[in-house]
Amino acid sequence: MRKNFARLAMFALALMLVLSACGGTPAATEAPVVDATEAPAMTEAPAVATEAPAAEQFVFGLLMVGPYNDNGWSQAHYEAGLYLEEKLGAKMVYLDKVNPADRPGTTPDQLAEELVAQGAKLVIFNSDDMKDASTTFAKANPDVFVIMASGDQVWPEGNIYEEIPNLTNIMGRMEYGKMMAGCAAALTTDTGKIGYLGPLINDETRRLASSAYLGAKHCWEQAGNDPAGLEFKVTWIGFWFNIPGVTLDPVQVSNDFYTTGYDVVISGIDNPVNLGEAQKLMSEGTPSYGVAYDYVAACDAAPEVCIGVPYFNWGPEYLKAISSAQDGTWESQFIWASPDWADINNPDTSTVGFVNGPALSEDAAAAVDAFADELAGGLNLFAGPLNFQDGTPYLADGEEATDQQIWYLSQLLEGMEGLSASE
Amino acid sequence: MLKGRLGAVLFQLIALVLALGFVSLILISAGASPMEAFKNMFTGSFGSMRKFAEVLVTFVPLLLVTAGLLITFSAGLWNIGVEGQIVLGAITTAGVLRVFVDSTLPPALIITLAILGGMIGGALWASLAGLLKTFGGVNEIFGGLGLNFVSTALTLYLIFGPWKRDGVASMSGTEPFPDHFSLPQVPELRISLWALGIAVVGIVFVYFILQGTYFGLKLKAVGKNFRAAYLLGIPTWQYSMYSFLICGALAGAAGAMQVTAVYHRLIPSISSGYGYLGLMVAMLINYQAIWAVPVALFFAALNIGSIQLPIVMKLDSSLAGVLQGVLVLFVLLMEGARQKFVKKA
Repeated sequence: MRKNFARLAMFALALMLVLSACGGTPAATEAPVVDATEAPAMTEAPAVATEAPAAEQFVFGLLMVGPYNDNGWSQAHYEAGLYLEEKLGAKMVYLDKVNPADRPGTTPDQLAEELVAQGAKLVIFNSDDMKDASTTFAKANPDVFVIMASGDQVWPEGNIYEEIPNLTNIMGRMEYGKMMAGCAAALTTDTGKIGYLGPLINDETRRLASSAYLGAKHCWEQAGNDPAGLEFKVTWIGFWFNIPGVTLDPVQVSNDFYTTGYDVVISGIDNPVNLGEAQKLMSEGTPSYGVAYDYVAACDAAPEVCIGVPYFNWGPEYLKAISSAQDGTWESQFIWASPDWADINNPDTSTVGFVNGPALSEDAAAAVDAFADELAGGLNLFAGPLNFQDGTPYLADGEEATDQQIWYLSQLLEGMEGLSASE
Repeated sequence: MLKGRLGAVLFQLIALVLALGFVSLILISAGASPMEAFKNMFTGSFGSMRKFAEVLVTFVPLLLVTAGLLITFSAGLWNIGVEGQIVLGAITTAGVLRVFVDSTLPPALIITLAILGGMIGGALWASLAGLLKTFGGVNEIFGGLGLNFVSTALTLYLIFGPWKRDGVASMSGTEPFPDHFSLPQVPELRISLWALGIAVVGIVFVYFILQGTYFGLKLKAVGKNFRAAYLLGIPTWQYSMYSFLICGALAGAAGAMQVTAVYHRLIPSISSGYGYLGLMVAMLINYQAIWAVPVALFFAALNIGSIQLPIVMKLDSSLAGVLQGVLVLFVLLMEGARQKFVKKA
């Protein structure tokens, strides 16, 4: 009896494992057929790296923390990779879902070496989560160029500066994009309550959430509203996207926001799952709007509730970096690229952009555009007097924040609800 | 002929062919060439010294877990809680390293203490499942599963709470330990011969216990027939507890390897699922220690080789998991078929 039960249990367990593994399989999609046939040839010729013929195609690698089609952070990188392929005639080799939950037992530096084995001479690490691994990899592979997006290891004025000649940090000044997002939210909310779907807590996420708040506050007050009537609350889920059982569920967090009077939720995580929830609640009669993040076309997921998306356009800076690697002018640098204020949505020049969403009213859209023009004209919201969340002074009256003060923002700002650090 | 050992091997070969055929069908339905996929998985795991080293990195914890499970299986116990025992091993190891982070003691000593700590942590966690079974009447499958969830919760609590990185609240993991807290690695490769040595010692130890000692014999007696063993004077519940402790210590060592040789910090998924994978290896080898090394190596190779699938063929790498699971299912099915066949004949 006991034995039968045990056998049954084992069978069930094995079945469970198979099924859970099967769950992921259909993702095998949209394979560029060319890659499948070309790539194995590269593996079998390890010598290719050294005795490269002159006209050889430049191969670069891309490691993405989330799925390449996440409608957010990773997809923006994937599209940038396609842009590079087109502009440079280069070839991309990539691996997505590079995180310990999706690829157990592996580390990003190990996976980067798999891309090098496919011929990559430059590897892009696309996540803060891979910062340590990118350093390890760059030091272990001094002849491979490394771009670490969103990091600050090679910022001479930064807090963790290290000299790593083959590594460059690239980030966009998303503060501006987030300010516009906050502005759009403030001009859309009826309740004056804005929710911010935060990922994990660190310097980057604190400064971006705070930027959204500053933009919201600015536009709220410009529109003649009572400053005290604005509520801005941040809820952190614990990682860049949902990991079941590990993070808070961002869909649930969005739902909590929408059903407690926060009629606009700004996504700060790697994908716009708040839009899906907004769409559902809107159809049930709860006014719910959302701001997406990271990827230019993210609003397409739910246009009827999407009021805008601040996004990264990694192509132009990556193009410069790869070109410099190709022609021998590579320099290790820290790049924190501003939007191209002449046209923030120019795909060839602007690293940061903002698109008004279909759900944004015409008046609000005009006001957001005017706000963007003001920012382009030099309006600085990181200017005093500003206090930290706990009331201690951040910037004195008339003081403008330095890059370091913005990058390493140590707390949320006064007026924001939510944790500044883990308790 | 089909009754003997040869027959068993024949049926297992049929199972392997069926499993490969099944996975091939999945591949064909996804529009991919099975041959190419298998070839990529092979070159991805044995194609170069570096890749083989990565396979060994996976092989080490998997072998330790499998070794531990052979002990509990011999005692007739389904120690599904092994996953949590790995986690607790990792937590304890990280805890010990944290204590000594500013110490001037020789790193070798600290690492040794940390690994021993991990083994004790894993053993104690396993003893909980044992106590629940012995004194609480909770089947070890359910007790173990429950404890697995608790161990995950504990990891998350530590990472997000007391052990968080300065100024950061992230599920990414704790601050990496300094380099001198890592087991020394082979230059240019990620594998540590120390880790490999520990894993080999683990399986040899288990093989020796099961094949060459009265202790092992009694353990098997308890596993084969609990009541008869009791009547013959074997202290049965004590032997169950011993087996939990040994398995927990080996799983804890696997967790310690994950911290000192792979991740160098605590992360939420520190066990990498090796507990469940180890259960599959143990089932596949029908609890014979001698087969643990090749089969664990094969499973590790599948894990590492499958990374090539998304890179080269844009296929999902969970295919390796499908193959592993299907293989176990078919082996179990064919074993059942063989027994029926033998009875009839």
